[in-house]
Amino acid sequence: MTADTVQTLSPRDWACHPAHIDPGYKSTGLRGPKHALLPMKHALAERNAPVYSAVQLGEFDNDMTKNAVMNGEPLGERIIVTGRVMDEDGRPVKNTLVEVWQANAAGRYVHKVDQHDAPLDPNFLGAGRCLTDNEGRYTFKSIKPGAYPWGNHPNAWRPNHIHFSLFGDYFASRLITQMYFPGDPLLPYDPMYMGAPEHLRETMVSKFSLDVTQPDYALGYVFDIVLRGAKATRFE
Amino acid sequence: MTQHQQTPSQTVGPYFAYGLAPTQYGYDFKSLFTPVLAQPHAQGEHIRITGRVLDGAGKPVNDALIEINQPDANGQLITSVEESERKGFAGFGRCGTGTLAGNYFSFDTVKPGARGDGQAPFIDVCVTMRGLLVHTFTRIYFSDEAAANAQDEVLNSVPAGRRATLVAVRENTNAGPVYRFDIHMQDSAAGKETVFFDL
Repeated sequence: MTADTVQTLSPRDWACHPAHIDPGYKSTGLRGPKHALLPMKHALAERNAPVYSAVQLGEFDNDMTKNAVMNGEPLGERIIVTGRVMDEDGRPVKNTLVEVWQANAAGRYVHKVDQHDAPLDPNFLGAGRCLTDNEGRYTFKSIKPGAYPWGNHPNAWRPNHIHFSLFGDYFASRLITQMYFPGDPLLPYDPMYMGAPEHLRETMVSKFSLDVTQPDYALGYVFDIVLRGAKATRFE
Repeated sequence: MTQHQQTPSQTVGPYFAYGLAPTQYGYDFKSLFTPVLAQPHAQGEHIRITGRVLDGAGKPVNDALIEINQPDANGQLITSVEESERKGFAGFGRCGTGTLAGNYFSFDTVKPGARGDGQAPFIDVCVTMRGLLVHTFTRIYFSDEAAANAQDEVLNSVPAGRRATLVAVRENTNAGPVYRFDIHMQDSAAGKETVFFDL
C-alpha cells in the first residue's frame, strides 16, 4: 500500500445477491426496504469485527451429533460439512466465526414458533459454531436436515438446508446464507433459492465428497463461502 | 483480480433464535453475543437503547435480529477478547425482537465516543429477519449530539428529510438515560423508512 492508496472493503456486489423484494417470497413485500440504499465510503479504519476467541466455544460446539445429547444418539443420517471461507481473491478468512442452525432429520426446528407436525429429537438441538483455521477451513458434524412445509404458497416445502451466519474480518463483510444439498428436487420450487441470481445459485449447493465421507460413519459435503475482502484503492 | 463471486445472501428465516441468540430465548446453548454490552465497571455513561422494527404496515416485527457494533466511551473499537474483558465492554451486541413485550429490542451499553475528528458518535446496526433476503445496515446517532451531528459527513450525505430516522431520541428516566430508536423497514403510517446504507 502506497501513500495514495487506502485499504477499503470491496463493495457488496449486488449482482450476486437477491433483490430486497421478491414477489415469489411473500414476506419480503412488507419487510424489504423500498428506498435505494445510500452509498457510503468503505474505509477500513472503522470496519472492525466483533471479537471472540476459541476459549468461548464448547468442546462439541461444532458437533451437532453430540452437543445436545440427553440419552442417546440423534436420529437421522450423519453428515460432515466442511469448506473454506475466502475472499473474492481466494485468500483464506482465518479464525473467523461460523454459526449454523438447522432442522432435525424430520424437518422440525427446535424453535418454539415452529409448529410443524413432525417429531422433535430429544438428542438434537441443531445449533453449532466454530472458528475457521489458517486456511479458512471449517468443519461441522451434524444430521442431514429434513425438508419441511411453510406457508408461503399452497404445498410449499423448503428444501433441505443449513443456515450459515458469518462476519469475516469486518462488520460490513457480514453474510447470512443457506447451504443446500445436491440433487434436491425441491430447489426449483423454492422462492428463496430461486431468488438468488441464477448464475450463482449452484454455489449455495454443497458438493458430495467421497474424500470427506468417513467410512462406516458419515457422508461428506463441501460448501465454500466467499465474503467481501479488503483491497487497496487509490485515494482521491 | 477477482477470481470468485460473493456467496449470495439468504434470509435468516424465522428460526434463528436457538442458533444466534440462544441465551436470550431460553435455549440450552450459551450465546456468544448478548444484549448487554457494558458491565457495571465499564467506563462511560451507561445507557439503554430500545426500539422496535416496524414493517410496511406499521406493525412490529416479532422475529427480527438486531446487531450493534460500537466503540467504547473514548471512541476506541474493541480489538480482542482480553481488551473486552478488561474494559467490561463487548463492543458488539445482539438482540432478537421475540422475547420482550411489544417486540422491542433493548441493549444495555455505554454511549460511544466519536471515532475520529469531525465525526459524531454513532453505532453501526445490522438488521435481519424472516422476509429480508439481504441484511441491511443502518446507524444510530444521538439526539443530544446536535452540534456534532450537524458536522458529520455521513449524516450530511443523507437527504435532510430522512436524517431524523437515524437519530435515537434521548429520555432521562429514573433508571438512567434511554434512547428510543425504531427501525422502519418501509414508509408506513407509523413513520418514514429508516435510511439504510450500502455499507
